[in-house]
Amino acid sequence: MSVGTPERLAYMANQIATNLALTNDPVAATAEHIHSFWTPAMQRTLASEALDRLGPVARAAMIQLDADAG
Amino acid sequence: MGYEPQADFGTPLVVSDTTISLTIDGRAVTVPAGTSVMRAASEAGGSIPRLCASDNLAAFGSCRLCLVEIEGMRGTPASCTTPVAEGMAVKTQTPRLQKLRKGVMELYISDHPLDCLTCSANNDCELQDQAAAVGLRDVRYGYAGANHLGSSLDASNPYFDFDPSKCIACSRCVRACDEVQGTFALTIEGRGFASKVSAGLASDNFLGSECVSCGACVQACPTATLQEKAVKEIGKPERAVVTTCAYCGVGCTFRAEMRGEQVVRMVPWKDGKANRGHSCVKGRFAWGYAQHQERVLSPMIRSSIDEPWREVSWDEALSHTASELKRISARYGRNALGGITSSRCTNEETFLVQKLVRAGFGNNNVDTCARVCHSPTGYGLKTTFGTSAGTQDFDSVMDADVMLVIGANPTDGHPVFASRMKRRLRQGAKLIVIDPRRIDLVKSPHIEAAYHLPLRPGTNVAVLSAMAHVIVTECLADEAFIRERCDWDEYAHWAEFVGQDRNSPEALEPVTGVPAADLRAAARLFATGGNGAIYYGLGVTEHSQGSSTVMAIANLAMATGNIGRRGVGVNPLRGQNNVQGACDMGSFPHELSGYRHVSDPDARALFEAAWGVPIDPEPGLRIPNMLDAATDGTFKAIYIQGEDILQSDPDTKHVSAGLAAMECVIVHDLFLNETASYAHVFLPGSTFLEKNGTFTNAERRIQPVRKVMEPLNGYEDWEVTQELARAMGLDWNYAHPSEIMDEIARLTPSFAGVNFARLASQGSLQWPVNEAAPDGSPIMHIDGFVRGKGKFVVTDYVPTDERTGPRFPLLLTTGRILSQYNVGAQTRRTANVVWHEEDLLEIHPSDAENRGLKSGDWVRLASRSGETTLRATVTDRVAPGVVYTTFHHPATQANVVTTEFSDWATNCPEYKVTAVQITPSNGPSEWQEGYEALSTRSRRIADPVPAE
Ligand code: SF4
Ligand code: SF4
Ligand code: SF4
Ligand code: FES
Repeated sequence: MSVGTPERLAYMANQIATNLALTNDPVAATAEHIHSFWTPAMQRTLASEALDRLGPVARAAMIQLDADAG
Repeated sequence: MGYEPQADFGTPLVVSDTTISLTIDGRAVTVPAGTSVMRAASEAGGSIPRLCASDNLAAFGSCRLCLVEIEGMRGTPASCTTPVAEGMAVKTQTPRLQKLRKGVMELYISDHPLDCLTCSANNDCELQDQAAAVGLRDVRYGYAGANHLGSSLDASNPYFDFDPSKCIACSRCVRACDEVQGTFALTIEGRGFASKVSAGLASDNFLGSECVSCGACVQACPTATLQEKAVKEIGKPERAVVTTCAYCGVGCTFRAEMRGEQVVRMVPWKDGKANRGHSCVKGRFAWGYAQHQERVLSPMIRSSIDEPWREVSWDEALSHTASELKRISARYGRNALGGITSSRCTNEETFLVQKLVRAGFGNNNVDTCARVCHSPTGYGLKTTFGTSAGTQDFDSVMDADVMLVIGANPTDGHPVFASRMKRRLRQGAKLIVIDPRRIDLVKSPHIEAAYHLPLRPGTNVAVLSAMAHVIVTECLADEAFIRERCDWDEYAHWAEFVGQDRNSPEALEPVTGVPAADLRAAARLFATGGNGAIYYGLGVTEHSQGSSTVMAIANLAMATGNIGRRGVGVNPLRGQNNVQGACDMGSFPHELSGYRHVSDPDARALFEAAWGVPIDPEPGLRIPNMLDAATDGTFKAIYIQGEDILQSDPDTKHVSAGLAAMECVIVHDLFLNETASYAHVFLPGSTFLEKNGTFTNAERRIQPVRKVMEPLNGYEDWEVTQELARAMGLDWNYAHPSEIMDEIARLTPSFAGVNFARLASQGSLQWPVNEAAPDGSPIMHIDGFVRGKGKFVVTDYVPTDERTGPRFPLLLTTGRILSQYNVGAQTRRTANVVWHEEDLLEIHPSDAENRGLKSGDWVRLASRSGETTLRATVTDRVAPGVVYTTFHHPATQANVVTTEFSDWATNCPEYKVTAVQITPSNGPSEWQEGYEALSTRSRRIADPVPAE
C-alpha cells in the first residue's frame, strides 16, 4: 500500500500533534518538532498541498511555522 | 605479535579492599583477600601444575594436580581451592609434591591415546604441558588397561568436534557451559573411571542437544577432546591479533588467531571489557562469509537495472560514479543526492560517508539504518536525560537487584550479555519480562522470571503508564532523588497524569491484556526491590510510539531513583555492532557528530572551518522521505554503504518503487544484496577482518577493529569513500583511519580524548572521553544529568492505527534468532544455517487449530501491504492472536507485509505490529515468484568483452 507524499506528510504531522497533545503548548511543540526534523521542502509540500488534511493542532503549527519563516 | 596463548591465572580475579601478604617458595606476595593460593602463585610469576582449574571458572578441586605444602598445615591441600591467609608460607615444589603429581598424571595419561605427534592439539595441549611440568616420562600402569580409546567422535556441530577418547573428565567444559554461558547443556555422566561428558538427551550429540554453540566449552577444554574443526583443517595458529566482533551491539573482542592470511579461529579475548572472555556462535564461528564464493571483488556498473552488470576497473567505476553524481546534482539540484551510512562499518567509515554527503553533496540527506532500529532511543534519551546513549556499562548488571527486560530477547539478540544477566539472576537478582512472547529468559535452567507480562503488541506505553501509576499512587517514588536531580514541576505534572484512574492497571487491562494484579506486583517489585536496571530492545523502539516508550522507560527510572550509579540505569540493547557509533558520528539528517543539531551555529562553524565548506543549516531527508522524494521525482541518487534497505526496511514495495525511480543507486557492499537489484554501481566492500578502525558498542565503548588480512577487494571501505570523494574533486588525504579519528576528536566534544594510541594502550574507552573524564565514562549521569535536570515527559498511550479486524485478525510481530544476524547476508553464508534454514511463522495452537494448521505446513501470511509464504511452527510461546517471525531470509521477505506506519517522532518503522491473516498455502506468493525472477535477472554479470 502506498500513499502520495502530501498525504503521508499530513499523516506524520497529525501523528506528531497527537503525541504532543499533553505538552504545555501543543501547537508550539508540534511546530518545533517539524522545524527540527523536516526538510524545508517537506514543510512546503505539506503547507501547499495537504493543509486540509491536518487536524487543528497540526494546522495551527504549520501556520505558525509559515509565520516564523515569513 | 607472535602466537602466545592467553595467560590463565587458574582461578578468577577477586576484588577486595583488604590485602593479604604471604610467601610462595620464599617470595613475598600481596594479593586481595579471598584470592586462591594458585592465583597468588601465578600473579607472582610462578605456575602450579593444574588441569581442572581455569581463571574464568570457579575452582573445582577435582584433578588433585595442584597440590601444595603449607607451613603448619597437615597434608597437601589443592592450591586452587585454598584461599590465601596472612603470613602463610607456601611451597609449590618439593620431592613429595613431585611424586604425588606424577602419580596423578600417570593415571590420566594411561587412559589417554598417545598420538600426540599426530594430534591437532600437539604443542597446544594443557595435558601435554602438565605432563612435562610434572616430569612424567613413563606410565607404570601400562597403556593396556581399560580406556575410552574406542569412543566415537561426535562431529555433529559444524564448527567443533567432540572426541571422547581424549577426555580426562576434568569437567571444565561442563562448568564453562554452566557458569560462563548459562546453558547447562553438558553433564558428566557416570562416576569414577566410567565418567564421561555428555551433551544431552535424546540424540546425545551436540547438534541435537540444548547446546547453542557458544564455544565456551571448546575454549575451556585442556585437551583436544573439544576442538575447533578449523584447527584440524588449517593447523595451529602462528599469530594473534585482537579485534572486535562485527555482529551485534555487545561488541565482543576476540583474538583472531591466524596462520598466514587465514583465520584459524576466533578466541574471545579475556581482557575484553565488554565480553570478559566469552562469545556467541556468531562471533566465534561465523566468519567464513569473508571468503564466501559469492563475495563480489570487482567494481561493476550498468546504465539500467535491466542490463547485466559490467565489471570495470576501480578507476572507471569511481570516475563514472563521480560524474553521475555531478551530472545529477547539476540537473536536479544538490538536494537530489543523499547517502546511507552503515552500523556495520567502522566509526571512521561512517564519519566519511556523512562527510561526503555534507561537504561533497552539500546537503544533510544522510541517514543510517538506526532509523529502522534505535532512532527512538536517540530522541527519547536525548529529550529526558540529554544524551542519546545507554547509561551503564555491561558490568553494572552484576550489581542489579531487579532487572526489567522489555521488548528485548537477549539470549538471541545479545547472547554474551544475556550470559552475564543469567549469571546475576542465578545469584538471586529478580527478573521482570515485558514481552508478547515467552522469550527464553522467562524460564531457562536455574532461572525463572518473577513476572512475565505478556502484553498485546503495541501497548508498551500503556503498560509503562500503569506501572508508573502504581508507583505514584502507592507512594513508591523516590522523592529525594527526584527533588535533587529532576525538575520537580515536570515531575508533579507527570505524576498527576499517570496517577489518573484511566492509567491504572485495572483500567488498562482490557487494552494491554496484562492481568492487573501481576502488573501491580511487578511495579512494586521494581520500585522496592533494590537496584533496578532496565534493558530494552527493538520491541520498544519499533512502534508508532517507540520514542514515547523510551521516554516512559526513562520516567520510570527517574521516578524510582534508578539512575547514576552501578546496578541501575536505562540500557538500550543495540542490534548491530556499531549502531551506537553510527549515531554518534552524525549519521542522522538533523545532527552533526556528537548529537549537535545542524541548526546550531557554533557546531556548524566548527565543521565549516575544518572542512572549508558551508554546512546546510536545515535538516535533510530521512530514509523513508528519500524514497518518497524519489517516487516524486526530486531525489535521484543515493550512496548506500553496507546496508540492504530493500530487505531490512519496511513496506518493501515502497522501497523498491523509490529505488527504481532513482537514476544512480550506488551499493557499496560485500555481496550483491537485495538492494543491489536496483543499483547502477556496485562497489565491493571489505569485511571487518580486512580493515582498521573502531566500533562503539551498546555501552558507548569505543574498541579497535584491526586488519588481520589484506582486503580481498583491494581496499578498505574508508579508502573507497575517500577515492569517490577525490573523484568528485574533494581534497581528502587520510593515510590511515587513525587520522579520521583525530578529526572526529577535534570536532566532537564527547570524543575529545579519543585516539588510536590511547585505544591501543587502554584496550577501549567509553565516551564521553574529555577533560572532565579523561579515562572515559562507564556510568553516566552520576552527579547530574547531561541536560542538567532530568526531564519527566508525559507519555499518553495512543493506539497504533494498525488495527486488527475481520480481514486481518492476528497481530504479527517480528524478531531475530541467535544463529542469524539481521538480514542474514553474512550468517546465511556460513554453517550457521544448520540452526535456521528458513524463517518460520510461530502461531499459537488455538489459532492454528482454527485454521487447520500444524507445524511444518506452508502458510500464506497476508497484510494490507502484501503477502508472502513460509512454514508454520505451532507453539504457545506466542499468545493467542499473536504470530511471530524472523526476517533473516530474502526468500521470505517478511517486510513485504510490514506497513508504512512508523514512530511519530523519528519514523522508525512499526515492525512489531502488523495486522495479518494466516491461511493454508501450497506455494510461494505471486510477489515471491516475481521477486525471484527479478533478483535472478538483476544479478547477471556480462562476460568480459575480449580486448580488441
Ligand atoms: S558450545 Fe556453549 S552451549 Fe554448547 S555445550 Fe559448549 S559451552 Fe555449552
Ligand atoms: S571434554 Fe575436555 S573439558 Fe570436558 S571433561 Fe573432557 S577434557 Fe575436560
Ligand atoms: S555477535 Fe554479539 S554476542 Fe556474539 S560474539 Fe559478536 S558481539 Fe559477541
Ligand atoms: S587444578 Fe586444583 S584440583 Fe585441579
